[in-house]
Amino acid sequence: MSASDCPQPQGRPLTSGLGCSRTAADPAGLHLPACPALRPPRTPSPRMRRARPGAGVPRMPAAGGGQAEPGPRGGPLRQRESRRLPARPAAPPAPSAGPARPAALALVTLLSFASRFHRLPEPPHVCWDETHFGKMGSYYINRTFFFDVHPPLGKMLIGLAGYLSGYDGTFPFQKPGDRYEQHNYVGMRGFCAFLGSCLVPFAYLIVLELSKSLPAALLAAFILIFDTGCITLSQYILLDPILMFFLMGAVLSMVKCNSCADRPFSASWWFWLSLTGVNLAGAMGVKFVGLFVVLLVGLNTIYDLWDLLGNLSLSLVMFGKHLLARVLCLILLPLALYAAMFAVHFTVLNKSGPGDGFFSSAFQSQLIGNNLHNVSVPEHLAYGSVVTMKNLRMAGGYLHSHWHLYPEGIGARQQQVTAYLHKDLNNLWIIKKHDSDTDLSDPSSPVEFVRHGDIIRLEHKETSRNLHSHQHEAPLTRKHFQVTGYGINGTGDSNDFWRIEVVGRKAGKLIKVLRSQVRLTHVATGCILGSSGKTLPKWGWEQVEVTCTPYLKESPNSLWNFEDHINPKLPNISLDVLKPSFAEMLLESHMVMIRGNSGLKPKDNEVTSKPWHWPINYQGLRFSGVNETDYRVYLLGNPVIWWLNLVTIGLYLLIAVSTAVALKRGVQLTTELKELSRVVLRGGGQITLGWLLHYFPFFMMGRVLYFHHYFPAMLFSSMLTGITWDALLKFCAGFLSPSTTARKVYRGGFLTLVLLITYSFYLFHPLSYGMIGPMASDPSSPMAGLRWMDSWEF
Amino acid sequence: MLGFLKKPVVVTAEINMNLVALTVMGLISRLWGLSYPRAVVFDEVYYGQFVSLYMKRIFFVDDSGPPFGNMLLALGGYLGGFDGNFLWNRIGAEYSINVPVWSLRLLPALAGALCVPLAYQILIELQFSHCAALGAALLILLENSLVTQSRFMLLESILIFFILLAVLSYLKFYNLQRHSSFSGSWWFWLLLTGVACSCAVGVKYMGLFTYVLLLAIAGLHFWHMIGDQNFSNVSLMCHFLARALALIIIPMAMYLSFFYVHLTLLYRSGPHDQIMTSAFQASLEGGLARITQGQPLEVAYGSQITLRNVLGKPLQCWLHSHTNTYPIRYENGRGSSHQQQVTCYPFKDVNNWWIVKDPGMQQLVVSNPPRPVRHGHIVQLVHGITTRYLNTHDVAAPLSPHSQEVSCYIDYNISMPAQNLWRVEILNRESDTDVWKTILSEVRFVHVNTSAVLKASAVIGASLPEWGYRQLEVVGEKLSKGYHQSMVWNVEEHRYGKSQEQKEREVELHSPTQMDISKNLSFMAKFTELQWKILTLKNEDTEHKYSSSALDWITMDTNIAYWLHPTSGAQIHLLGNIVTWASANVAALVYTCLSLWYLVRRRRKIYDIPEGAWQPWVSAGGICVGGWAVNYLPFFLMEKTLFLYHYLPALTFQILLIPIVLQHLSDHLCRSLLLKSMFSALLVAWFSSVYLVYSTFSPVTYGEPALSVTELKDLRWKDSWNILIRKQ
Repeated sequence: MSASDCPQPQGRPLTSGLGCSRTAADPAGLHLPACPALRPPRTPSPRMRRARPGAGVPRMPAAGGGQAEPGPRGGPLRQRESRRLPARPAAPPAPSAGPARPAALALVTLLSFASRFHRLPEPPHVCWDETHFGKMGSYYINRTFFFDVHPPLGKMLIGLAGYLSGYDGTFPFQKPGDRYEQHNYVGMRGFCAFLGSCLVPFAYLIVLELSKSLPAALLAAFILIFDTGCITLSQYILLDPILMFFLMGAVLSMVKCNSCADRPFSASWWFWLSLTGVNLAGAMGVKFVGLFVVLLVGLNTIYDLWDLLGNLSLSLVMFGKHLLARVLCLILLPLALYAAMFAVHFTVLNKSGPGDGFFSSAFQSQLIGNNLHNVSVPEHLAYGSVVTMKNLRMAGGYLHSHWHLYPEGIGARQQQVTAYLHKDLNNLWIIKKHDSDTDLSDPSSPVEFVRHGDIIRLEHKETSRNLHSHQHEAPLTRKHFQVTGYGINGTGDSNDFWRIEVVGRKAGKLIKVLRSQVRLTHVATGCILGSSGKTLPKWGWEQVEVTCTPYLKESPNSLWNFEDHINPKLPNISLDVLKPSFAEMLLESHMVMIRGNSGLKPKDNEVTSKPWHWPINYQGLRFSGVNETDYRVYLLGNPVIWWLNLVTIGLYLLIAVSTAVALKRGVQLTTELKELSRVVLRGGGQITLGWLLHYFPFFMMGRVLYFHHYFPAMLFSSMLTGITWDALLKFCAGFLSPSTTARKVYRGGFLTLVLLITYSFYLFHPLSYGMIGPMASDPSSPMAGLRWMDSWEF
Repeated sequence: MLGFLKKPVVVTAEINMNLVALTVMGLISRLWGLSYPRAVVFDEVYYGQFVSLYMKRIFFVDDSGPPFGNMLLALGGYLGGFDGNFLWNRIGAEYSINVPVWSLRLLPALAGALCVPLAYQILIELQFSHCAALGAALLILLENSLVTQSRFMLLESILIFFILLAVLSYLKFYNLQRHSSFSGSWWFWLLLTGVACSCAVGVKYMGLFTYVLLLAIAGLHFWHMIGDQNFSNVSLMCHFLARALALIIIPMAMYLSFFYVHLTLLYRSGPHDQIMTSAFQASLEGGLARITQGQPLEVAYGSQITLRNVLGKPLQCWLHSHTNTYPIRYENGRGSSHQQQVTCYPFKDVNNWWIVKDPGMQQLVVSNPPRPVRHGHIVQLVHGITTRYLNTHDVAAPLSPHSQEVSCYIDYNISMPAQNLWRVEILNRESDTDVWKTILSEVRFVHVNTSAVLKASAVIGASLPEWGYRQLEVVGEKLSKGYHQSMVWNVEEHRYGKSQEQKEREVELHSPTQMDISKNLSFMAKFTELQWKILTLKNEDTEHKYSSSALDWITMDTNIAYWLHPTSGAQIHLLGNIVTWASANVAALVYTCLSLWYLVRRRRKIYDIPEGAWQPWVSAGGICVGGWAVNYLPFFLMEKTLFLYHYLPALTFQILLIPIVLQHLSDHLCRSLLLKSMFSALLVAWFSSVYLVYSTFSPVTYGEPALSVTELKDLRWKDSWNILIRKQ
């Protein structure tokens, strides 16, 4: 608890006499910030009674005298109570609040569902990223293994929704614009739209909980209901509505749990705390962006615990219990759920599919239909064996060569050697001794195993050229040496000799198929065979560059393992020993996902979306349709709302800084202002922190970014708008003398905002619900004159 | 008046002999044998080129940082009378006689030497004992890596000097704050903080981290002042304005002034010209200015122009065409229009000339008066030598099949009509009726029929095959999302066409252009451009033999070989004092654990150490641990090539923490006399080991004396260290 939250314990009048008597005389004052000390106790809940022992006593005299008593405050315990004490009465009084809040909640929920489900099946073709996530949903239904950079929960839920709504997983989702025909896609879209619709009531409840002000909550809800961007993003088969659902769920449960802090370990406290954990796991399980909300909750929890630690009336044992409860619900529970998600993922996807090549040989052996599934191969490598070598970096591919030469001007004009991701006959190599060329396939000759430290020669099976390197620069990585295929029918020169070494083994040991991590050192130059991971241009068939690196750093780029192994003279053994444990599979799939994510680099000349574009709604995303005759959907925020949000962030910072400085300077505030400053600093602060955490990390990300990455941050920004404008209007109204005028100003301002939002939605709704006909540049288009920025493409 | 007759004049000077002794020792350790080796050592090869260019006043762009550091090195060269004539091409190359090695290396060495007394002063200002301060200074003195880095023409020691100076002046300022605000020395130290910060940032962008740290600390201190009711609102405001002036405005002004001096010094055109825009190049003496002087400013119908692509990466190139046509079929079987090739050509050539033509008129000369082309006008571009029209159509481009082919139209009479109208869009226009200006206007050509944009697809590997003479591909980009430099062109050479006849025109095109007015850019325009280029230029290679990852630095698992004697085994390495590094890590760990422990206990109202000791402990941690963290942790997010020397600023802060922790341990945790004396004994032993390691490794720090192979092998304390051993 920061110093600014707790009122000075003694001596300061809590409120000005005038303000209090005025509000007291006007019991119908619905939304005006009330003077808490004056309000007659409204059906005090048992919770309130416990929180404020004897609170009624100082109240009544204050009403008469105009000057509030200092009140029985003081000591840390009291301070804690007093912090939430003013929270209650700021809400509308009981008589009207009773039905008003559920009614308001019902209203926003209804509007939200109506706006999200309106024209849901339109357009009846694949839109934008539906091509990915719809396809991945189908993979779950077909139980085919695939690779994606996001964790599995979102796609599993989409698959489940499709399965339950009768979609059979047969639609190929090949490219945006493909018609669905008879396939049932509405179930999946409906599921996403359902989760997307829940965001609005969530936002409403969060703001209500933080600000205790119905208008603020309504404003935030209206902003989200009428934002074209949120509507569009919720209407298709995408991960974002699912992610945002869990994210907002986590924030809501966190806020709810905070407000249960006065009765820890009660049933509702446990409920909200564990629900926070569940939602965190959900958010993390959909996209790694969920990490930001984990951070938000983590910071909040640390703050909370620090607060409890400073409370000397709490014994250390109790504190330990608090700590344990949080560790249990916010760390262990999410981790268990997260792991469970992956367990389901691995269990469901047991058939070989398009994602195999990204994973290690051991992982692949678990997939039905993969050529490594249930195989038996000779265990130790011997001379004369035919093998394939897989690079250990993610998606490093198999060592590959083919009849084509390096083009002129790029190193020596010899045969190309590359890394290739797919299985192919050109990946086969024969292991030979460096000094003799006897035909080892002769069945009579004895078997000789390859040992750690041996010098070998690798002959490409199809072209009979040797793996070769020399001091020419590699095609792309100029500081490395070029690797080529050289020699005729296996006869080359001394640059074809490689020393084979196993990581972490001693000389003379045998080399195991699949399990040994092998390094090939070029004998003549001392460089190490590796794959740089860069894609060769057209002449190299867009395969991956293979080089010989003179930098002797240990990295998966320069390590290989033997995958296929054919040697008729050796007995085969089953490779079930390879079966990776669940923990290993979990770890590997995470490594692959993380590298996949960081591999999504923008190409050199590609025009990409920059994070600073987003809050100003600079450029949207085309979801469907390009031409005049198409049904066009364009993901773009409602500009009025977005610009309001943008302005509000600046406004909020101004208000928050001046409030904090005023409190720090010890300016004497009336109770209502004090309450307002608490809402602005504590509630608004939490939301701002959420916005910062969901926005600023993108500036540091190297990967390709898209406009829709801003939407989680936009949710926070909208809630902040609700809180800030409510506080601002209350503050302005507080200066007007007759309370009726004040109320009029307050209501008027609020109504103007809502009308503005609604009207702008009326203008821009075709962005989400589809535009047909001429482009906006044409005056006959319904969107004519609405292209306020040149960068909008509708 | 004549008071001295009655009373003698007494001057009492207080000289801290500790400080003097430390300074002298620092100078000896850093300056001893400074001009040995007389050869290029490691990154001197890099900074040396810039010094030479400064001496010759030739413009260059150093993408690694701002110019102040290079300027300081050049100052050394200037004082030593260096004429800039040395070929900086190889590490280990012998310096020729005209290179003043000693004075080139003097400034970094002085900066390195002064770090020793600075460390002493910082600890005093942090309110630790003289003994601790002495310890800190000696540890800095005996840190081999700092010694090595100071003794050559490198920037780190200068950077560390300014960082420490900034910290010291802030602490002095803060300590004066309590009793003498707004006094002369108060202002002096406050201003010095700002100046030192801007110098640190000006030397290397790394200085920004410490600057931000100091700003944060200043902000925090000011926040405490806000809560102090003794200050009136007005005096608070004054305090705020003084800080804003000294810590924000002055550093910004200083930073600009570095660039001002830089741009004033370098006025000749040079090797990096082509990175800059044509306007910038034209402002330099020689180079483009020689050609473009006196060109007509406004492009008019009938103008003869060359069009340069604004991207300039990887090569600058000009829109080009020649009589050869696209092959009917490409290697991969796709077909082309078989019309005349249009490419982007990286050299000046007569085939780069184009004529701006009004579609409504036939003439190819400028009318009198000239009719200028404005934003939004529709033009045709006629290739000067072949008189064919620039054209694009719905045919896939040779290398980028998603874009349209651009050609010079040949009418084969096969129902493929000419589509040669282009709309001129001036991107940096001030109004919608702006005139198209030579060099200054950045122009986009939008095809009227297909709304494709003329673009040089200048990625690596986009050069055309044999049939296109390996020139760069030019395409019509249909999905032109937003602004990209590859789609923007500017007029470089320009003259008003005079000859209607093709023959005469060819002669005219071959003749050099005539000029007389020069176009000067304002300083701010030049600064913005240069700053932008420095920040956005990226080096391709991300691997170096001695590059390391940030994680290797804490444990010093890596070293850098700086120099090897051509014949003997004498060599210089960047290699730290391993005892100091380890102790610094331990100190940081102990500090963090102790602080956490104290914090939690204080939260429960248990005070283990007196309040008087708590405050210095916290502020020492804020500076030392904070300084270490801000100078180290950001490297984990960086993608550039990292070297061990990037860790030295962080290390310096970490070393300052050692005596702080030691003093704290002896003051507050060694309760009994016995413990205290044992602790002192341990300290002596530990410090002797620091000295021992320093002297053991001094041969590879100073490069003298040459060691034998066995001695070198003995120095290899860690397997990952790369000590060079000559093969016998």
